[in-house]
Amino acid sequence: MAQHDTQMTGAEILLKALVDQGVEVIFGYPGGVVLPIYDELFKQNRLRHILVRHEQAAVHAAEGYARSTGRVGCVLVTSGPGATNTITGLTDALMDSVPLVCITGQVPTNLIGNDAFQEADIVGITRPCTKHNYLVKKADDLARTVHEAFHVAKSGRPGPVVVDLPKDVITGRGEYQPPSRMKTKYKPQVKGDLKAIEKAVEMIAAAKKPIFYVGGGVVNSGVAACQLLTQLVRMTGYPCTQTLMGLGAFPASDPLSVGMLGMHGTYEANLAMHGSDLIINVGARFDDRITGRLKDFAPTAKKIHIDIDPSSINKNVMVDHAVVGDAAHILEDMIKVWKAKQCRPHEKALKEWWATIEGWRGRNCLHYENSNKIIKPQYAIQRLYELTKYKNPYITTEVGQHQMWTAQHFKFEQPCHWMTSGGLGTMGYGLPSAMGVQVAHPGALVIDIAGESSIQMNIQEMATLCQHRLPVKVFILNNQYMGMVRQWQELIHGGRYSESHMEHHPDFVKLADAFGAVGLRATKPSEVDDVIKEMISVDRPVIVDVRTDASENCFPMIMPGMAHNEMVLGPEENVKVEPGSDEGGMVLV
Amino acid sequence: MSNEQDIERHTIAVLVANEAGVLARVIGLFSGRGYNIESLTVAETDTKENLSRITIVTSGTKMIVEQIKNQLRRLVPIYKVADLTTDGPHVSRELALVKVAGSGEKRVESLRIADIFRANVIDSTNESFVFEVVGATEKVDAFIKLMEPLGLVDVSRTGVAAIARGANAL
Ligand SMILES: Cc1cc2nc3c(=O)[nH]c(=O)nc-3n(C[C@H](O)[C@H](O)[C@H](O)COP(=O)(O)OP(=O)(O)OC[C@H]3O[C@@H](n4cnc5c(N)ncnc54)[C@H](O)[C@@H]3O)c2cc1C
Ligand SMILES: Cc1ncc(C[n+]2csc(CCOP(=O)(O)OP(=O)(O)O)c2C)c(N)n1
Ligand SMILES: [Mg+2]
Repeated sequence: MAQHDTQMTGAEILLKALVDQGVEVIFGYPGGVVLPIYDELFKQNRLRHILVRHEQAAVHAAEGYARSTGRVGCVLVTSGPGATNTITGLTDALMDSVPLVCITGQVPTNLIGNDAFQEADIVGITRPCTKHNYLVKKADDLARTVHEAFHVAKSGRPGPVVVDLPKDVITGRGEYQPPSRMKTKYKPQVKGDLKAIEKAVEMIAAAKKPIFYVGGGVVNSGVAACQLLTQLVRMTGYPCTQTLMGLGAFPASDPLSVGMLGMHGTYEANLAMHGSDLIINVGARFDDRITGRLKDFAPTAKKIHIDIDPSSINKNVMVDHAVVGDAAHILEDMIKVWKAKQCRPHEKALKEWWATIEGWRGRNCLHYENSNKIIKPQYAIQRLYELTKYKNPYITTEVGQHQMWTAQHFKFEQPCHWMTSGGLGTMGYGLPSAMGVQVAHPGALVIDIAGESSIQMNIQEMATLCQHRLPVKVFILNNQYMGMVRQWQELIHGGRYSESHMEHHPDFVKLADAFGAVGLRATKPSEVDDVIKEMISVDRPVIVDVRTDASENCFPMIMPGMAHNEMVLGPEENVKVEPGSDEGGMVLV
Repeated sequence: MSNEQDIERHTIAVLVANEAGVLARVIGLFSGRGYNIESLTVAETDTKENLSRITIVTSGTKMIVEQIKNQLRRLVPIYKVADLTTDGPHVSRELALVKVAGSGEKRVESLRIADIFRANVIDSTNESFVFEVVGATEKVDAFIKLMEPLGLVDVSRTGVAAIARGANAL
């Protein structure tokens, strides 16, 4: 019985808090201790619940939702196995800075620590794989905690937050607190220091061989940040390279874009980094996949680093100048300062710099030998791009060669249309992530470009797609191998293909059918366009099984432990690398 | 001039919310990222604001120590991180309880040394003393070393508590 009528149950408080936080969709899976929450969900219609088939997929779906909207993704799972199934997803979101709130059920407070049925110390387990986590001890604290969880998830460098709710908190009664009453001490710096910004602009104006190195942080910062970045790059006329996570932050078709950098980046991007005299890093974190051998990374360049997280600065690479804050705020100020000081780039030097870059570009490093007998994976992606670009599609990927080929050959003109697992490299990310994207953008074309191995990690979500009428397209580049593993074994382990070939795969066309989706197949180059067109025309989930060349390798490639100027451009170059190269404790395999 | 690769020892003061799990977050950060902990002490220091203070002595290259501080600042319930080693002069103290068992000349000698170190006897039996010694880590180390040949049997140390000199608070 309510003591007075402002009291609500924990379950009611939770749902009200979610609604007040602007949540529209929850990705979840029920179980024992969260049943009272599911009972409340049943009674309302403001929150939509997408019933996944595995809790890992709920988290990736929330990631896709968050990445494609800039909002906080929301997950609800039960205690014990429901909660432990989220770990890979949470770690993925932490590595790629994706804002999520994951509500987990917990056994009643009086049983915590007793090895109760379906008990797991989820606050302990998720401490290293969340931005922050909470165990709520009483219903009165619940609303405030949920509000703070959303605040923490989206403020500063975004990340996943877990809120663990014991059963007695869910069923107990307490007072609701609106978001406006939330007090928090967590206030990361967003405005950049003006002096530091002025100095950055001076360095930028003085450079002779500069390059913008743009990362996921600009996408995190929002569409406005991407527009400001584009404006600044165009004002300077400097080249701009993007990380895997930064694709779309700057339009790929702009002549100032030199494409992706790093291990599978373009020749021109990597050589421009190597030969530059100034690197302007905006929201990227000098990941080992882009620096290569650290001691030879951009040896002649001064480095400016703009990042919201001070711990990203001077972590791998010592920089000459740092500006801490949100990319959009800082870029806006930089543009103002650039204009106010009437800065001009060094015209003559810049012309020479571009001439050098054009020389590198002339190598046409993404070139591959096409065939009219066998489908080259690059060709399939190029066709997919050409035939879908008018629809401005959302693309997700799994992990492997197909992911890298997509990054190389699919051109992203806008942010938030590209969802991939970069930091953790989670096979099985693409399908559920696409599901979350489709939920957020019901009318859009959403494609998961997949490998035949990765797709089997979360294939069960085909059923979710069918149940919720989410017409996601799964475009499998089926090379019969864990291609990325096979490539490393070919290049680094003497061609000993240990366990990288799955001798048995399902018939993906029949599998699609079994799920209630549409299955298509292409085995010859001449069939590629037709299956793509058919795939687009079907308003249902589709799996396309594209049989590609099993022996194709992804180039260019900076071999593990090598430097930017030592990249391998194609199969004709003889590569020999010692296995497991490692540098100062940083393992690069 | 100090080299980038030189290992430096730093004393870091951290103000945290006094709530369950904060210490686990800090320790997990150090173990998960492979940082050293030479000493760590924690206790509630502000009951009104519900704050605890953690003092950590750690070592690493300049870059690593900077990382440690920035990683600590990322933790949500951590409100303040100060590097006492670089921020100006500071004082640091440790307390140790040192048990020495023995008889005869060794017993007398241990008392003599305790006197020099201004260590107090806080428990004594016919065959043992417990000394309480307070001081900088090096002093405590030296005292314990001198007690070794004199019948040292047990040591309990608090770890380092440190504070900046002068009028300013953390
Ligand atoms: C098989 C495989 C191959 C790969 N090969 C490559 C490759 O060739 N090239 C490549 O680039 N990557 C590659 N990656 C991805 C790589 O592992 C990293 O995930 C990626 O390089 C990191 O991107 P990023 O530097 O943009 O950082 P992110 O992980 O996107 O981090 C964003 C940075 O921006 C900061 N930030 C966040 N929000 C803001 C804000 N609002 N304002 C300012 N700053 C902000 C963060 O603090 C962080 O430092 C590969 C991954 C896989 C799985
Ligand atoms: C969950 C998980 N397990 C293992 C790996 C290691 N791994 C990276 S790529 C890859 C092979 C992917 O094969 P496939 O999906 O067929 O893609 P392809 O490289 O053939 O395009 C593996 C096993 C991983 N990234 N994620
Ligand atoms: Mg494959």
